[in-house]
Amino acid sequence: MPDDKRVAVLGAGMHPWGKWGRNFVEYGLAAASDALREAGLPWTDVQYVAGADTIRNGYPGFIAGATFAQALGWTGARVSSAYAACASGAQAINNARAQILAGLCDVALVVGADTTPKGFFTPVGGDRKDDPDWLRFHLLGATNPTYFALYARRRMELFGATEADFAAVKVKNARHGLSNANARYRKEVTADEVLASPMVADPLRLLEICATSDGGAALVLTSMEFARQHAGTDDLVTIDAVSTVTPRFPQTVIEMPNFSTDSAAAASTVGPTFKQSVAQAAYEEAGIGPEDVDLAEVYDLSSALELDWYEDIGLCKEGEAERLLRDGDTTIGGRIPVNPSGGLSCFGEAIPAQAIAQVCELVWQLRGQATGRQVEGARVGITANQGLFGHGSSVIVSK
Amino acid sequence: MSTAKTRLPAIEGWFTLDEQAPALLGSKCTTCGNFAFPKETYFCRNPECQGTEFAETELSRTGRVWSYTDACYQPPKPYEAADPYVPFAIAAVELVAEKMVVMGQVVPGVGVDDLTVGTEVELVLDTLYEDDDHEYLVWKWRPRAAAKLKEQADA
Repeated sequence: MPDDKRVAVLGAGMHPWGKWGRNFVEYGLAAASDALREAGLPWTDVQYVAGADTIRNGYPGFIAGATFAQALGWTGARVSSAYAACASGAQAINNARAQILAGLCDVALVVGADTTPKGFFTPVGGDRKDDPDWLRFHLLGATNPTYFALYARRRMELFGATEADFAAVKVKNARHGLSNANARYRKEVTADEVLASPMVADPLRLLEICATSDGGAALVLTSMEFARQHAGTDDLVTIDAVSTVTPRFPQTVIEMPNFSTDSAAAASTVGPTFKQSVAQAAYEEAGIGPEDVDLAEVYDLSSALELDWYEDIGLCKEGEAERLLRDGDTTIGGRIPVNPSGGLSCFGEAIPAQAIAQVCELVWQLRGQATGRQVEGARVGITANQGLFGHGSSVIVSK
Repeated sequence: MSTAKTRLPAIEGWFTLDEQAPALLGSKCTTCGNFAFPKETYFCRNPECQGTEFAETELSRTGRVWSYTDACYQPPKPYEAADPYVPFAIAAVELVAEKMVVMGQVVPGVGVDDLTVGTEVELVLDTLYEDDDHEYLVWKWRPRAAAKLKEQADA
């Protein structure tokens, strides 16, 4: 891949996920410091800071890039702050990448961090009858797990997925995350324990729905030329694609926070679903296909949703995800391990940090530094993520 | 209805108040025929259409369940839950003519065990929450089979 289409990842860093109850800035700074240390670069060398916003921490969260820049000490670096629901971190990565590929800077720092409340995510406060996110709670009592459960039930009815399959995803991811020091939950669970946990939104149980977490993640991205000079090697981890496409009309799958799908009555064609198109755009940009991928980090907001992703990122055909899971293909040691980090299942979601954390995991995997969860010989990895209001992302990383 | 409380829609203009045969109020683009719910008012969502005028239209009152679930735990505010909280089912329902899927709560007394993908349902009005003087109404889905049983009982 030519240098003007990719950027190098010189450093990755994370603050462990948990429920620490401290200011989100602290997590972001810890992650940024680790990423800079890995890169072997001082903060004062960073020319561009791309922050991923959090909307539950007041004004500093809305202008996260500047918040982190000020906390690290003003240097005159240029700054951006991006909000794109669960894809915020990928948008920040893409902002930094665009600056580097445009030749406007050589060294960029990407940071996302969050402090979250307990329980269901709720809409931002106020009485807002023109906000679909507020209205879906008010008029339907539809939480995020409501939507995850609609997809899960549909999988069961269409493809014969079982509650045992969904539980098996959780069991797998819990095992993957056991030795990941950045994971919040590091405890093996059995299928029986999953199936004995309380039902939240039928058919999804408490242990199958991702928690909300505190955490922070950061990356140091540079131009290829800078990376070669700084690292003194060509053997670099690179970001080869960042897909942040929006859905295509008509969107025929019900998506958060909507009351309805688009109507297909007036549409000339119905294309791939949103989640499929997010990954397709990444593959096209990187010039590779699913057969070239060695591992994947996908957004397992629920255990069942991980199975949807197998198909959406092209690891198998529609309706074959359960077979892939049952055959052990997506377990570490299998053909195409999925969520070797432990996924959201072990992390819980720290929204603006999560898409960055997915890339951190791929970086460490490709460098062979994922102790206790290493996917041997991994050369290419893909992330996939989706959030509210037509946001999604997929990033392809290679070495 | 055993109450003398005034019945008001929980949101204005999203559905008719015909207690016997209520319908969701969507929009139909006068240029391309695209349906939308809630109503589109500014610009057609079909990217191939430049339409800016929309006719208010009653959406199909019946459809088939695309998928379903329930809310075992009380949803947070701004959901106005009854005390004590009573879990309810939610269905996403496919409307054939409009080629779209619309979500709604399922009427009380009908749970996930009573539903399947493809279950035929119809739209009804039911109380979402109430205060001292008012009942606030919302649309809900009711299985047609349940409706037929009710009709028999009423007869």
